[in-house]
Amino acid sequence: MSTRRGLHATGRTVPGLLFGSLRVTRRRTLLLCGHRGLSTGQPLQNDFFKDLESQFKAFRQKASDALAGRVWTPLANRPALPPERADVVIVGGGVVGWSIAYWLKKKERIRDGVRILVVEKDPTYSQASTVLSAGGIRQQFSLPENVLLSLASADFMRNIDEHLSVLNEGAVDLHWNHSGYLILANENAAPVMEKNRKTQRDAGAKVSLLSPVQLKDTFPWINTDGVALASYGLENEGWFDPWALLNAFRRKAMSMGVQQCIGEVTGFSCRTNIMDTVDGDCVDLKRITHVKVQMPNSLEYQLVRCAVVANAAGAFSGKLAQMLGMGLGPRSTIMAGIPVPVEPRKRYIYALHCPDGPGLDTPFLIDYSGVYCRREGLGGNYIAGTSPEEVEPDAGNLEVDHQFFEEKIRPHLAHRVPAFENLTVTGAWAGFYDYNTFDQNAIVGVHPMVNNMYFATGFSGHGLQHSPAVGRAVAELILEGSFKTLDLSGLGFRRILEQEPMLEMSF
Amino acid sequence: MALPLTRCCRQASVLLVARRWCTSTSSPVAPATLRSSPVDPATLRSSPVAPATLRSSPVAPATLHSRLLLFLSQQFYDIDMFLNWSSRWKHGSLRRKNAYYAYTQSLYGENIATAYYILCMKGGFRYVSQSEWFRPGRWGRLNWDFLNHRETLIDEIDMSNTLINYRGMDNLVGQTSLRTLSLRGCPEVDDWSLTRLHEFQDSLEELDISHCPHITVGGLSALSHLKRLRRLDISSLPGLSSPGLVIILLEEMLPHCLITATGYDLSLRPEGGKMVEQGQRSDRGRVLEGSG
Repeated sequence: MSTRRGLHATGRTVPGLLFGSLRVTRRRTLLLCGHRGLSTGQPLQNDFFKDLESQFKAFRQKASDALAGRVWTPLANRPALPPERADVVIVGGGVVGWSIAYWLKKKERIRDGVRILVVEKDPTYSQASTVLSAGGIRQQFSLPENVLLSLASADFMRNIDEHLSVLNEGAVDLHWNHSGYLILANENAAPVMEKNRKTQRDAGAKVSLLSPVQLKDTFPWINTDGVALASYGLENEGWFDPWALLNAFRRKAMSMGVQQCIGEVTGFSCRTNIMDTVDGDCVDLKRITHVKVQMPNSLEYQLVRCAVVANAAGAFSGKLAQMLGMGLGPRSTIMAGIPVPVEPRKRYIYALHCPDGPGLDTPFLIDYSGVYCRREGLGGNYIAGTSPEEVEPDAGNLEVDHQFFEEKIRPHLAHRVPAFENLTVTGAWAGFYDYNTFDQNAIVGVHPMVNNMYFATGFSGHGLQHSPAVGRAVAELILEGSFKTLDLSGLGFRRILEQEPMLEMSF
Repeated sequence: MALPLTRCCRQASVLLVARRWCTSTSSPVAPATLRSSPVDPATLRSSPVAPATLRSSPVAPATLHSRLLLFLSQQFYDIDMFLNWSSRWKHGSLRRKNAYYAYTQSLYGENIATAYYILCMKGGFRYVSQSEWFRPGRWGRLNWDFLNHRETLIDEIDMSNTLINYRGMDNLVGQTSLRTLSLRGCPEVDDWSLTRLHEFQDSLEELDISHCPHITVGGLSALSHLKRLRRLDISSLPGLSSPGLVIILLEEMLPHCLITATGYDLSLRPEGGKMVEQGQRSDRGRVLEGSG
C-alpha cells in the first residue's frame, strides 16, 4: 500500500513522465469503449485546466493589487439564469418563502418530486423585513388562528434540530430568550384583555393575568401608574435570532434540492379563460404560465415556466399582485374587487443603553400606548419601538427619524420604567412591515381569480413568528389541496371579497 | 417502476466500470448519462460531485475499500436518508421514553404515574412524610411499595443523569408540592425544559441544573418565576459564554437565593499579554449569600 502511495506522490511531482504515459493509456481505452462514454471520471487533462484556473486567480489577485484603490474584476461573477422550468416558483427569499420551500420539499413523496425555485432580488437582504425585525414571538393574540400559528411555530423551533439539521453541519442555534411578553392594559382595554386570555387558554397558550399589585411584586422596576391589568406569557414566548432561522431554513431547503435564483420578478405570462356568468357578465379566470425573472443590473431575463407561484414577497407583495391586475380594472369586475391590500410601512427600532435598567428577567414589554421594549444581550442594552399613530413615515427608503424617538417613545418609556429616564440611544434602524391595510392580519390562501397564485403575506409585523406554521399550511394547500393541520381558511381571500375584516384586538 | 430499475442498472454499471477505470478521479456525473430521461440540470444536481478524489495506482486494480467509497459517495442522498432514519429513530425512542404516562394515570392516579415515570427513567424520589428514597434497584428491578402511596405527594425528585426532556416534564408538573428538583448532568434538558418549571413556582426551593450541556442564558431568565427558590446550582454549564456576568445577573434576579456556581474560570483574561487582575481560581467555588 505504501509503495503504491509513494508512486502516486511521485506521479504528482513528475508530471512529464507519468502524466504523459497516463494520457496515452486513457486515449487508448477511450477508443476501446467506443462511443458509449462510460467514464466515471474526467480525464487527467483536467489537472492542467485546474492549474490554469488557479493561475488565472493569481493573475487577477496580482492585477487588483497593482491597481490599488479600484475593484477590478474583469470576469465578474454574474448570477446564473434560473432554469427554464420549475414546478413551484416562490417569489421572495425571506423566512416565509424559505419556510414554504422547506415544507414543500419535506412533503414531496418521491425524491425530486417537486422542483422548486426561490427567487430573491437582494442577496444581501438589506431591505428584507426578516432580518430587520425585533425577533419576538408571542401567543397573546385575539384571533385563535394567530394563537395556534404561534404555538405551532414555537413547537417547530423547540424541535428545530429534528427538522432543520443538515448532515455534518452543526446544530441549529436560534439564541432563544424565554423571557415572555408582558402586555399592559389600561381600564378601557382590560375587558378585551380578559376575553383574549380566554381565547388564548382555549387554544393552549399559557398566559397569566396580573393585577397592578402583583405586577409591582413581580417586576419592581415598573411604574404601574395607569395600568389596570397585565398579561404575562409563561411559556413559548420570547425572542430569537431571525437571521439564524432564515439561514437554517435556507440551508436545509437547499440541501434538499431547492434552487435559488437572484433576480427580480417583473412580470407574468398568463392564460386567460373568459367565462360568462348567468347574468351575462364576463369573468376572466387567469392562470399563470410563465414568470419573468429579470437578472440584477442587466437586461437579461428568463421566462420560467411554472405550475404554481407562491407570493411570499413580504412588503412588495402588493406590487407583485398588481402585475397580474389584481385590484385594478373597472370597478364592477371581480378582479377589482379582490385586491391584495399589502403595502410596505416603515417602522423604526432604536437601540438603547441604560446601565441600571431592568435585569435578566426583563420581558418583552408592550405598553398600552403602543411602545414596546425588550432587553438585548447582557450588557444593559435594550431595543424599543412603536407604531406611529397619525402620520406614516415615507416608505420609499429606510432612513431613520431620530426625532420620532424623542417625541413618541422616550416620554412613554421613562414614564413606564423610571430607570429609563437617563438612557442613551446607541443606534437605530428601520424595516418594512408587510402591512395589510384591510385588517392587519395575514392573507394565506389562493387567489380566487388567479388559480395558481398562493399568498402568504400581509402579516403586518407577525411574519417571522408565524413563518414555520404558515410555510407548512401553504405547502399543504399546494400539495394536498386543503389545510390539514391548522385550518387557516379564515385568513383567506373570502374576507376581502366580502369586505368583512378580521381585526386583531391586541397589539 | 422505472426508478429502481435505472438505479439497479446504474449500480451494476458503476461496479463494472469502476473495476476497469481504477485510474479515474471520481466524478459521479456519469451515472446521470445512464438515465433514460434527458439530462437537465435538476437531474445532474441530484447526483452530487464527490468531494474526495479517489486515486489509486495507475497499474494495479482499485481496492475494495476505494471502490466501496466511490460507490458510497455516488449514493450520497441514499446515505443521507439512512442517517436521517437513524437520527429519527433516536429521537423517536427518546420521545417514547418521555411520553406522558396516561395509561398509568388512568389506572392509578397522577402521583403513581409520576412515581412510575421517575423510576422508569432511573431517577429517584422521596415522599413528603418519609425519609427513605425510592430508586430502581440493580438491573432495573423496582420496589413496588410506591403503589401503596396513591395520595402521598412527592417532596424531592432526583433526575440527575437521566434522559428527561421537555416532554418528560409533563409527567412531573402535577406535583405542586415539590421542594427539591435535581436535573444534574441531564443531556436532554435544555432551555425549553426550564420554562416548564414555572409550574413549581409556589413550592420549589432547591434546584440543581449543573452540568447540563444545552442550557444557555436564555433559559436561565425563565427561572425568575421561582419565587421560593433558596438554592440554585448552575455549576459547569458549557452553554454559558460569559458565566461571571450571568451569575451576577442571576443574583440580582433572585435576591433570596443562594447560587452555587463552580467549575468556571472567572479570572479576567489579560488582553495583549498583560495581566490585568487575578480573579478567583477555577477550583474554588464562588458561593455568595444573597441579601435576605
